Amino acid sequence: MLGEFDFNVIERSIGYLFREGMTFTLTLTALAITGGIVFGTLLAMMRLSSFKPLSVVAGAYVNLMRSVPLVLVIFWFYFLVPYIGAWIVRSPQPIQVGAFYSSVITFTLFEAAYYCEIMRAGIQSVSRGQVSAGYALGLNYWQTMGKIVLPQAFRNMLPILLTQSIILFQDTSLVYVLSITDFLGAAAKVAQRDGRLVEMYLFAALVYFIICFVGSLLVKQLQRKIAIVR
Amino acid sequence: MNYNWNWHIYWELSPDGQGTYFHSLLVGLGWTLATALAAWIIALVLGSVLGVMRTTPSKWAVRFGNAYVELFRNIPLLVQMFLWYFVLPEVVPRAIGTWIKQMPPPWGAYVPAVLCLGFFTAARVSEQVRAGIQSLPRGQGMAGTALGLTLSQTYRFVLLPMAYRIILPPLTSEFMNIIKNSSVALTIGLVELTAAARSMQEFSFQVFEAFTAATTIYILVNVVVVFGMRHIERKVSVPGFIGKQVEVPAGH
Repeated sequence: MLGEFDFNVIERSIGYLFREGMTFTLTLTALAITGGIVFGTLLAMMRLSSFKPLSVVAGAYVNLMRSVPLVLVIFWFYFLVPYIGAWIVRSPQPIQVGAFYSSVITFTLFEAAYYCEIMRAGIQSVSRGQVSAGYALGLNYWQTMGKIVLPQAFRNMLPILLTQSIILFQDTSLVYVLSITDFLGAAAKVAQRDGRLVEMYLFAALVYFIICFVGSLLVKQLQRKIAIVR
Repeated sequence: MNYNWNWHIYWELSPDGQGTYFHSLLVGLGWTLATALAAWIIALVLGSVLGVMRTTPSKWAVRFGNAYVELFRNIPLLVQMFLWYFVLPEVVPRAIGTWIKQMPPPWGAYVPAVLCLGFFTAARVSEQVRAGIQSLPRGQGMAGTALGLTLSQTYRFVLLPMAYRIILPPLTSEFMNIIKNSSVALTIGLVELTAAARSMQEFSFQVFEAFTAATTIYILVNVVVVFGMRHIERKVSVPGFIGKQVEVPAGH
């Protein structure tokens, strides 16, 4: 009951929670956002390519990732990455990758599929005439994309990209299934060690809520600020 | 790669004594679908009520709906799962808490999982319902009022029938999401499809066969849902009316 709340346990573990746990969560989030947006944009360009095999491969990848639960993908890569690594460096044994790099690779590749769909909508929101204008000026594909289409696509899609990034931040809590000490993992460890499940999980929920709520308010503000009057 | 493939593993007996590994995976699929469907009913009913509330003229109804959505969207699903499973039995009156804790397995994990997924997805469904109602021309609601319909009649006979047709595609993807998200319930001990694949991997050491099977089953479910919903969409479509494209929402 609420009267038996022990706030002391939060006070005692707060340093551990943020130093160990939140650092891991934020590093993983930052790396996965960067990697995911870069790879997702490339996937979107592939999907929109007029070269059929490319668009088919990218489409299949995106649909595969989007129809499988993240938890299953986390398990897949946790076991698959050592074998892929061994294949790349031509080692006869599966190599040790470690939980951190394994989860960075997982989240980058998984979220890229979602970023791809957003960027595809973004690229398609730039009118066809601008691409033609780029080519008419003598720019090649990469110049047209890099200097004309993508900057506008990013601007149009910035709010949705950021919202997806907040979701990514929430989703990183799922590395719990690999017993990694992210923020929730750290909270769970303290909770089980001290038998204080109620306090620790409520505190974790509160911290996630504050971060995500403030984040979504900022996104809304940004949306108003950068909206292009058409 | 030094990996011993053994695709016959599915037909070998699993140590849970119920039958083959393939059978265990199918039981897992059954729990995935049972969880997702039960949660979907909660999500659809509660999400519709909240979505409608957020479009009514009542300021308090709008505020309550918005607060609900913010609360359930800004806490990770896994944390919500823990709140329902670990925290809820502790903060309700002791008799009820004991009763919850003494539920026999698998119901002890199934019930919190369904409630968690249902309340979580309701927030997302309510966003879709609200967007669907607001995408209708303002004149439709006014026409309802002009015909002498009450507010609830306007919703029942004018706004909602059209709004639901518009939001069928995003609702399909929400339904897919609820099936995928049910895998999070493995953290509280529900042996659904992903957990079944995981335990098959632990017992048989055939990692990739186990996960390949689970992946294939998820893709098949996905295909069935997409085709089923397309069929429904065609069946209920109003001739001459093409639904507005609702924006691509960010997803899990």
